[in-house]
Amino acid sequence: MFQHYGPQLVNLCAAVLLLLAFAMLTQRRILSVINLYAAQGLVLFASTALMAGLTGHLHLYGSALLTLVLKAIALPWILHRLIRRLNVKWDVETLLNVPTTMLVGIVLVILAFNLAAPISRLAGTVASASLGIALAGMLLSFLMMITRSKAVPQVIGFLSMENSLFFAATAAVYGMPMVVELGIALDLLVAAVILGVFLFEIRERFDSVDTRHLEKLKEH
Amino acid sequence: MTTSAIAAQLTEIVLAVLLAPLLTGWVNQCRAWLQNRTAPGVLQPYRVLAKLFMKEAVLAHNASPLFRAAPYIIFGCLALAAAIVPTLNTDLPLNAAADAIALVGLLALARFFIALAGMDIGTAFGTLGARREMLIGFLAEPALLMVLFTASIISQSTSLSTIVSVLAHREFVIYPSLALAGVAFTMVSLAENARIPIDNPSTHLELTMIHEAMILEYSGRHLAMIEWAASLKLFVYSCMGLALFFPFGVAQSGDWLGTVLAVPALALKLAAGGVALALIETVSAKMRIFRAPEFLATAFLLAVLAMLTHALLGA
Repeated sequence: MFQHYGPQLVNLCAAVLLLLAFAMLTQRRILSVINLYAAQGLVLFASTALMAGLTGHLHLYGSALLTLVLKAIALPWILHRLIRRLNVKWDVETLLNVPTTMLVGIVLVILAFNLAAPISRLAGTVASASLGIALAGMLLSFLMMITRSKAVPQVIGFLSMENSLFFAATAAVYGMPMVVELGIALDLLVAAVILGVFLFEIRERFDSVDTRHLEKLKEH
Repeated sequence: MTTSAIAAQLTEIVLAVLLAPLLTGWVNQCRAWLQNRTAPGVLQPYRVLAKLFMKEAVLAHNASPLFRAAPYIIFGCLALAAAIVPTLNTDLPLNAAADAIALVGLLALARFFIALAGMDIGTAFGTLGARREMLIGFLAEPALLMVLFTASIISQSTSLSTIVSVLAHREFVIYPSLALAGVAFTMVSLAENARIPIDNPSTHLELTMIHEAMILEYSGRHLAMIEWAASLKLFVYSCMGLALFFPFGVAQSGDWLGTVLAVPALALKLAAGGVALALIETVSAKMRIFRAPEFLATAFLLAVLAMLTHALLGA
């Protein structure tokens, strides 16, 4: 029963991840973007745990636990604290053309699906077909980092790109070696902390966390 | 075509026409409960209909025959639409004549006539409502078609009966593409049934109204027909959603016990759907009219995404 429905459930998780990536791309409010990121962590945890159950790889259970603790609890908590202290909790991204962004997003999805098709044919894993979705999620996170002008959503775009990368790894080859995974997890945590400090510095200098200020070379 | 099939078809139409106001009443009841108001009772829409049928119909001097005919045409379109969507039994003779695309066409025909009737008298409100309704319809229709196409690709047929029998009576498979399509369909049906966040069904007093603005000139039995048709539209959309995404419990042809058991199953599913609709309407705020294209573009893109996911995952 589980062996039969497990791969289908992993595919369902993949589709939900794609949905969440699009929701993040089009969400204007910072608080909602963080909540969506937490939801992405939860779905990632579910899919990794399902994969672990399906394949019996012990290290996948470890990665699933790591995902839950780090990406669904710790990082969203850090981000929540960050926006509270930066006082940008109710910030709204005003210059965001949602229909155009989504059209570009659809093009990226088609591109990613076509790019991943030959690779996923070679992979012999239970969820090899969802590799395309993982790649699409990565490109959509890239797009999110490009379209946003505020710093916090850009940071979240970066974090969600790592989520997709992680999903790609589990879908294509049942996850990376534990050492690599732990290294990436630590990197992510450190990145979040450093970016937090960085954001405070930006705000100190420009009185806002809008990264467009960084494009000017001189203060006037 | 057998007599049992014709009987099933007739039962379905009569059930839809009779139960549609009950669904509207149930949604209003749930909304009142969620908003801490005293509910008017689930039978209130029937009382309103009875009152309106008793009243005299007042017509403007410059009303054309189209204005008088429109309520009946709209009601007819929606009754026919209700006949195509399988709710109790998949053996429906009318399904051979009209598939999912024809269903969208029927709904579009009803919208066309209500917009014409809205413009017929020439008041500012009617024209305004008609234009907005056409804007919403023009954006919602492609999304609805894409949702139906996703289900059609899965079951290799555009006939709703075949779709339901494939989804409900073959081996159970989880379709990720249908999950995406389900979100898109929910957004489309909120927009098409004039619910929050696109339109507010419970007010005549807002400048932003869409559906109510078109029918301001109607009274008496004409208004009753239109109100009934609006309930029927909500019923048809709910049944369409159930047929595509929760088709379990719909009987196959010749299964009389199954058909009888399908009635409580349908009632349960509709009641749950009504609670969900009331919940959505309570937690969300009405959107600016210029945000509606964005909302419906999202629905369309989700439906496209559903088709792409189906192409990628094969499920």
